[in-house]
Amino acid sequence: MNNKFNYYLKGKKGEYEVVIGLEVHAQILSEAKLFSPSATKFGQEPNSQVSLVDAAMPGMLPVINKFCVEQAIKTGLGLNAKINNFSIFDRKNYFYADLPQGYQISQYKNPIVGEGKVILDMPYGTKEIGIERLHLEQDAGKSLHDQDPNNSFVDLNRSGIALMEIVSKPDLSSPEEVSVYIKKLRSIMRYLNTCDGNMEEGSLRADVNVSVRKKGSKDFGTRCEIKNMNSIKFIQQAIDFEAYRQIELIEDGKAVNQETRLFDNKKQETRSMRSKEDAHDYRYFPDPDLLPLKLDSDFIENIKKKLPELPDQKKQRLINEFKLSSYEAGVIISDKETSAYYENVAKNSDYKLASNWLTVELFAVLNKQNKNISDSPVSSINLAKLINLIKNNTISGKIAKTVFEEMVKTDGDPEKIVIDRGLKQQSDPKELEKIISKILENNGDKVKQYKSGKEKLFGFFVGQAMKETEGKGNPNLINDILKKMLK
Amino acid sequence: MTITKDTVKKISKLSRISTNSKFEEEMIKDLNSIIKFVDQLNELNIDKVEPLSSVVNEKATLREDEVKKMNAKNDILKNSPEDNENYYVVPKVIE
Amino acid sequence: MSDITKLSLVDTVNNIKNKSISCEEVTSAYIKRINKSKKLNCYIESDFEQAINKAKSLDNKSDKNKKLFGAPIAVKDLFCTKNLQTTASSKILKGFKPQYESTVTSKLWDQDAILLGKLNCDEFAMGSSNETSFYGNVINPYRNKNDLVPGGSSGGCSSAVAANLTVSTVGTDTGGSIRQPASFTGIVGLKPTYGRCSRWGIVAFASSLDQAGPMTKNVKDASLMLEVISGYDQKDSTSSKKNSENFLNNLSKNIKGTKIGIPKEYVVEGMSKEIQKLWDKGIEICKSLGCEIINVSLPHTKYALPTYYIIAPAEASSNLARYDGVRYGFRSKGNDLIEMYENTRGEGFGREVKRRILIGTYVLSSGYYDAYYLKAQKVRSMIKKDFDDVYKEVDAILTPTAPSSAFAIGEKTSDPISMYLNDVFTVPTNLAGLPGISIPAGYDQNNLPLGLQVIGRHFDEQKILDISYALEDEIKFKASIEDWWINE
Ligand SMILES: [Mg+2]
Ligand SMILES: [Zn+2]
Repeated sequence: MNNKFNYYLKGKKGEYEVVIGLEVHAQILSEAKLFSPSATKFGQEPNSQVSLVDAAMPGMLPVINKFCVEQAIKTGLGLNAKINNFSIFDRKNYFYADLPQGYQISQYKNPIVGEGKVILDMPYGTKEIGIERLHLEQDAGKSLHDQDPNNSFVDLNRSGIALMEIVSKPDLSSPEEVSVYIKKLRSIMRYLNTCDGNMEEGSLRADVNVSVRKKGSKDFGTRCEIKNMNSIKFIQQAIDFEAYRQIELIEDGKAVNQETRLFDNKKQETRSMRSKEDAHDYRYFPDPDLLPLKLDSDFIENIKKKLPELPDQKKQRLINEFKLSSYEAGVIISDKETSAYYENVAKNSDYKLASNWLTVELFAVLNKQNKNISDSPVSSINLAKLINLIKNNTISGKIAKTVFEEMVKTDGDPEKIVIDRGLKQQSDPKELEKIISKILENNGDKVKQYKSGKEKLFGFFVGQAMKETEGKGNPNLINDILKKMLK
Repeated sequence: MTITKDTVKKISKLSRISTNSKFEEEMIKDLNSIIKFVDQLNELNIDKVEPLSSVVNEKATLREDEVKKMNAKNDILKNSPEDNENYYVVPKVIE
Repeated sequence: MSDITKLSLVDTVNNIKNKSISCEEVTSAYIKRINKSKKLNCYIESDFEQAINKAKSLDNKSDKNKKLFGAPIAVKDLFCTKNLQTTASSKILKGFKPQYESTVTSKLWDQDAILLGKLNCDEFAMGSSNETSFYGNVINPYRNKNDLVPGGSSGGCSSAVAANLTVSTVGTDTGGSIRQPASFTGIVGLKPTYGRCSRWGIVAFASSLDQAGPMTKNVKDASLMLEVISGYDQKDSTSSKKNSENFLNNLSKNIKGTKIGIPKEYVVEGMSKEIQKLWDKGIEICKSLGCEIINVSLPHTKYALPTYYIIAPAEASSNLARYDGVRYGFRSKGNDLIEMYENTRGEGFGREVKRRILIGTYVLSSGYYDAYYLKAQKVRSMIKKDFDDVYKEVDAILTPTAPSSAFAIGEKTSDPISMYLNDVFTVPTNLAGLPGISIPAGYDQNNLPLGLQVIGRHFDEQKILDISYALEDEIKFKASIEDWWINE
């Protein structure tokens, strides 16, 4: 399972490979925060979802949200990772306006989830990405810097929301792999309902560690961490920029500084975050307000038993059950809603046609309309109906496309569309025989030519028949009748 | 280990505590005497000892995932030195 | 009744219940005395109008069954009290009015006690003499030639109970802050087992050591207070699921057959002969009551203070990071956020607090964590194990509470280490999470009170209360304060 595709960057003095590791912060789907009972809804009035604990009032104490622990375990299981029966919450100490306690409660030496792995489907085959760990921690609040020239504004609604920090090994070697990796993580978490993966709302953010090394080298270069990215496109751009920046430094004989950088998507460049530099001594120590988290094996087993089907399992099942190709199955399972949609259509019609109609026709429409499958203009029931109309010869594949266009516009029932618009296929052999014999009568010379060997004219007769039936003639029947009559 | 002026400056910075040279001088003296005092622990062999971070022998309390409503104006912002439209206001953060 | 404020808590509540005095009379008597006792500097915040109103409404209440019915109580300023300024005696919390009530204090009011006000203490409970308070030092009602410290950090509490300015109180004890001031003022102070009382709503100093506890005129009062304030609180993850017990009802002077350990390491250099004498007297009394006295060893005792002065500042440096001028309390000026932080904390914290924050930051900082913090956590294990081993042999341990009696104000402020040594006998129990009680045992040659400490097994408060009750009965300590500070 090695990387068959090598992504090399050209410098002036040779080729380089890029080594990437990701720290993904995934917001846990839960009603309440990790250590307090305030709500986690997005986009509410400032400071309206803040408890005494979140505002770090004197004497306030954290209490662990059990559901968030379960969510982390579920996700860990989804990453094929080791769940640790014993984990510790630590304090990471630093000052910032949106960090009310002056420390973030996180997990340092003893995370709740240990090593795991994620399989990526790349065009050049599968690639395994190692997971270093997953730990629980609380989110910070939000500071707004552009409301006022002299002041910053602080909203603590996000403060204390549960995050899972998923740390990968430095196994990623191209922006493309990073994109697929993030999408795969998102897909796993959506299957599990542990994170909605909404990057625009910040439910999924990544710190990207980038270093470069000479092609073929086994050593690691000095890495830079690009902080807090919430767009796959920008992450890819940032990696490229950062890799070339480092290559240039190396080729100029300069050192790469290990530092934290920010990506400016307008300028398309990364730059050093000076403010972070002196704050690097986080003085982690176990939070004395919280006892170590000791989990019974039963507790973990119960979660395991209730685990839903995961993307990799579903893919295998679709391949077995519906004879899909690995590629087709991969496309369909990449998203939980898409796969549910597919299964609905496939089970109620024809699995092969279902895959085609979904991944070709419907995907094209969704792409064009910039929509998700969950707000598809064509419901799975209606798509299944359409496919059944094709299968039982009520309409031809060609007419089906017309019907589909109509369905996209109106979300209509295809059976009704076919009736209303008189699109039903003409499949009465006697009727068709009548029409065809008339065509043959009117084209005696062409019949003669055909019979004397100009077999290409067969298409002409089919075309005439379709024209006469306004496209509704059953093409198979027309073929059969023509063959018989032209003998 | 001795605590120098640089150490005092560094840890004051980390602790976000303003200093002046008088304070720094006092702290060099005080902190060195405290460090000398706690360095008594070096007499002990602790190689095989497990650290103790809590004397509590019970299992951690876990909370159910339930929301409790707070009243921002009364409970959260009432004591704030400065706020504006429900935001806390602080002097500009320099990135 | 002219001596209302001299009554114990149990007697006060009983007198109110059997209608020999009213709540209003009691509360008024205390308020009058508090107003004449400003010199002691015990109270830093009060709401007497509210107290009188509550007393009146209690007098009209038909159900007088609650355990603290009508008892006027002031509490250490470390407890958050709803709508009443709470500062931990620090400038940095100036003006802070919590919109919530600590679990421990709300348990008092649930039992129909009346809040008198907030008692002075060392800033953020960091001190052993109540001299680090932003509001100035508290004065001990016992005096020598000079004004004396009341002990600390619960010095406002100890002085107030001894001077009859509150019928009982709750303090907090991180390294001896209830027991040492109790010893300095001739009262009873109990630090419960870690986890016995909720820490929710108490301004945190060192979370793994802090524990609230009663400070009272006698052992019966301490038993009653403990049963009121203890119990599981789901808002504090470190609070024990054990239920509260009927400590007062179960109180018994019969301690025959109890095995009492005398640790040889508690004989320290510089300890006065008088303290040794009182300790011996305590041992003799125990023997006479049928206890078995066993000499024991707690070999790592001398390492308790160095361990404590790593762990407590480390936790404090983090616990006090929230005082940054953003959400409550004092804010200084600054051109940008960092400057505002530094000025707020530089001006808002006193010297002892800053000293401890700096030490705590240092021992946690990269390169020093293993050498200091981690090592201290390991030695803490050894200290706890010492006690575990000894408790296989004995039921309780008897020691002096403090190595000296109350000292003069200013006497020890120049040298932090000499101040820290005050807690040499009390700190080990905090590190091990054990309950400990100090009871007045007699006077030294200057007529200053001295205390004895009884240390128990985890959650065995009943045993140390029983032993103390028996000792108290034999010792017959009499408070001997003259109201020299009263300003008529
Ligand atoms: Mg990071
Ligand atoms: Zn993180």
